[in-house]
Amino acid sequence: MKPGSCFDEMTFPDGASRLLYQKIARWLAEAPPDLLESRRSHAELMFRRIGITFAVYGDKDAAERLIPFDIIPRLISRREWNRLEAGLVQRVKAINLFLADIYGPREILKSGKVPADIILSNPHFRPEMAGARVPHGVFVHIAGIDLVRTGENEFYVLEDNVRTPSGVSYMLENREVMMRLIPNLFAEHQVAPVENYPDVLLASLRSVAPPGAGREPVIALMTPGQYNSAYYEHSFLADKLGIELVEGRDLLVQDDIVYMRTTRGPRRVDVIYRRIDDDFLDPEAFRPDSALGVSGLMRAYLAGNVTLANAVGTGVADDKAVYTYMPEIIAFYLGEKALLDNVPTWRCREADALGYVIEHLPELVVKEVNGSGGYGMLVGPHAAKAQIEEFALKLRANPENFIAQPTLALSTCPAVFESGIAPRHVDLRPFVLSGSDGIRVVPGGLTRVAMQEGSLVVNSSQGGGTKDTWIVEEPAG
Amino acid sequence: MLSRTADNLFWLARYMERADFVARIVEATLRLSALPNSYSDTGTEWESALEATGAAEGFRDTKAAMEEASVVEYLTFAADNPSSICNCIEWARANARAVRTALTVEVWESINVAWIELKRFEQGNLASGRYDREDLSRFLEFVKRISLDYDGAAHRTMLRNEAYWFSRLGLYIERADNTARILDVKYHVLLPQTEAVGGSLDYFQWTAILRAVSALTAYHWIYREGIKPWLIADLLILRMEMPRSLIACYDNIARFLDEIGKGEKEPGKAQQFAHQIMSRLEQATIKDIFKIGLHEFITAFVEDNSLLGQTISEQYLLN
Repeated sequence: MKPGSCFDEMTFPDGASRLLYQKIARWLAEAPPDLLESRRSHAELMFRRIGITFAVYGDKDAAERLIPFDIIPRLISRREWNRLEAGLVQRVKAINLFLADIYGPREILKSGKVPADIILSNPHFRPEMAGARVPHGVFVHIAGIDLVRTGENEFYVLEDNVRTPSGVSYMLENREVMMRLIPNLFAEHQVAPVENYPDVLLASLRSVAPPGAGREPVIALMTPGQYNSAYYEHSFLADKLGIELVEGRDLLVQDDIVYMRTTRGPRRVDVIYRRIDDDFLDPEAFRPDSALGVSGLMRAYLAGNVTLANAVGTGVADDKAVYTYMPEIIAFYLGEKALLDNVPTWRCREADALGYVIEHLPELVVKEVNGSGGYGMLVGPHAAKAQIEEFALKLRANPENFIAQPTLALSTCPAVFESGIAPRHVDLRPFVLSGSDGIRVVPGGLTRVAMQEGSLVVNSSQGGGTKDTWIVEEPAG
Repeated sequence: MLSRTADNLFWLARYMERADFVARIVEATLRLSALPNSYSDTGTEWESALEATGAAEGFRDTKAAMEEASVVEYLTFAADNPSSICNCIEWARANARAVRTALTVEVWESINVAWIELKRFEQGNLASGRYDREDLSRFLEFVKRISLDYDGAAHRTMLRNEAYWFSRLGLYIERADNTARILDVKYHVLLPQTEAVGGSLDYFQWTAILRAVSALTAYHWIYREGIKPWLIADLLILRMEMPRSLIACYDNIARFLDEIGKGEKEPGKAQQFAHQIMSRLEQATIKDIFKIGLHEFITAFVEDNSLLGQTISEQYLLN
């Protein structure tokens, strides 16, 4: 995608800067180039010292790599944000109702609005959860909804992440770094704060404690351990929430009650914010070879003695095949039209769609329905011919495994490089929290940047970077 | 607190303390070995350095020659020496990283920054087998500084709760072990019959001991007289005001175990045992110690200290 052929969030095609970005544009124009570069390397040093690192699987040398951070903030006006927020709340409300339904009466399947087979034969569908009750009907306590922008008023949901979405630590740390790095620019913008995210999260987690828990429910964050790519985030959040960071080996289950091993003996745990996939939670219930989980956890969970956040089996709702039905899902449960659009998507399981997709592979982005992290996808315009042919074979062999989308002209924002300032494609992941008393979104989110020129892949596992996201009042003008 | 977290904190502190001790031993030994031949006795300084850091056996297995460059390499950067300074810092950071939530930002940064700097030293001459005394002296300064940073950050910023108490327990158990070991390696030069006027061969051995536990100045402040071997033993075993003496270490160990045990119905095994060791130290005089034999006294202490470490592990850390 060539810069210029898509919506730039700071600059009009004629080079003038948009009203929202005027102070930023002035700052960029006035700052000597080496100042920007020195701020950038200062930011990197700060991240390195704090130890905010990210491990990339399969890359030994990069066991502790830094995610590139860009110091130019990404701005979204309060008016735009209000619209996005309403859409996010609506979407997550519908997802929770959907999960309660498919693990309950399955009315949506009976109605035929969503084909039963994509749910019941989905690898993330957990039959164990059928009939299970979760406190206050909340399945997805933490959702990360990926949004992309293609024009002045055009936002799309690219992906719903409702298993164990990550990235919120970057949202929080990016803000801290920006406040120290460019305090003047920050103060001039009256940016909506994000720092209360941990408190809102803690309140949500407390609100879903099982009925048997005392007035001070014990909450723990469960991590696969320090070799997990998001370990930094796990420890960061546990610290901000003031809860124990536990691994499977720190927990034990006795008589369907979960305890953690402490210096004063076993202590009961009521809520587990788990950052470990369903498959690894409990070797007794799921993968028997999992050394990361706790035997008996699922029994305790189904007995209602512990709350898991997110619930088991939520993955069925962020599958990309199910994604294509989100407008129908919202209409079915809420009787409303979706406030946020889906990216137009071809379901390769449908014969007509498959035909079209195979014909147009060089223009399309094709994704595995159960994939995440940018792995196993084909970006048509950037793929070699051989790669496309190879992918076509995979598609024909297993069409139900894929969906395809047009290559979106993702919006761009300016980013700083040694060679100067240049536009790069961005997306946005806001974090949506659900508790017993409703759904909340902290104003902002993680802006991810495709650091390679022309690239559309923003995933940190694929070399993407991040920016601080500022929700600001629309300037009068 | 999680048993695993307590265990990580305990070992984090032990490894940081050990790194500091190894650095001081290397430094003191360098001074000794730089003396003209007529001042040093048998040229066994590097052997004693290995003994004092518990690395003698491992070094012999490497079949390297007993000389300055190879011993220094083994004590500083060798990957196959579990107590090399480099490994101590790596282990300290691995433990710290596993329990970030139990550390303050300042404590974490002190260790993380140390580790980042260590990576830089690993690109230098020393780590690549080119012996360079200037690099070595910079490296040893660095190691002493980071343990001060860690110690200070912990003292200044950590909440006084289990996280702090288990860290401190690790530090004092390690420190007591280190002080006892250096006394044990050098006990023969501390025996009264070797008494001689300052300037004897032994004088430099004695000051080396004091330097290794950064107590040379402290000695003069306390005794206001020339270096006497029994006073060195007195200082390092029985003087409460000397922060590395065995009794000062046990004063802390007993106190922190009391804190940890607060609220329990009766004192646990570790707490009882620590108080036993403490009261033995309180009742001892340097005269008695020399009467039963310095070597025997120290050997028994090292065993008790290590047994207490095990008892703490069993009672709290391996639940």
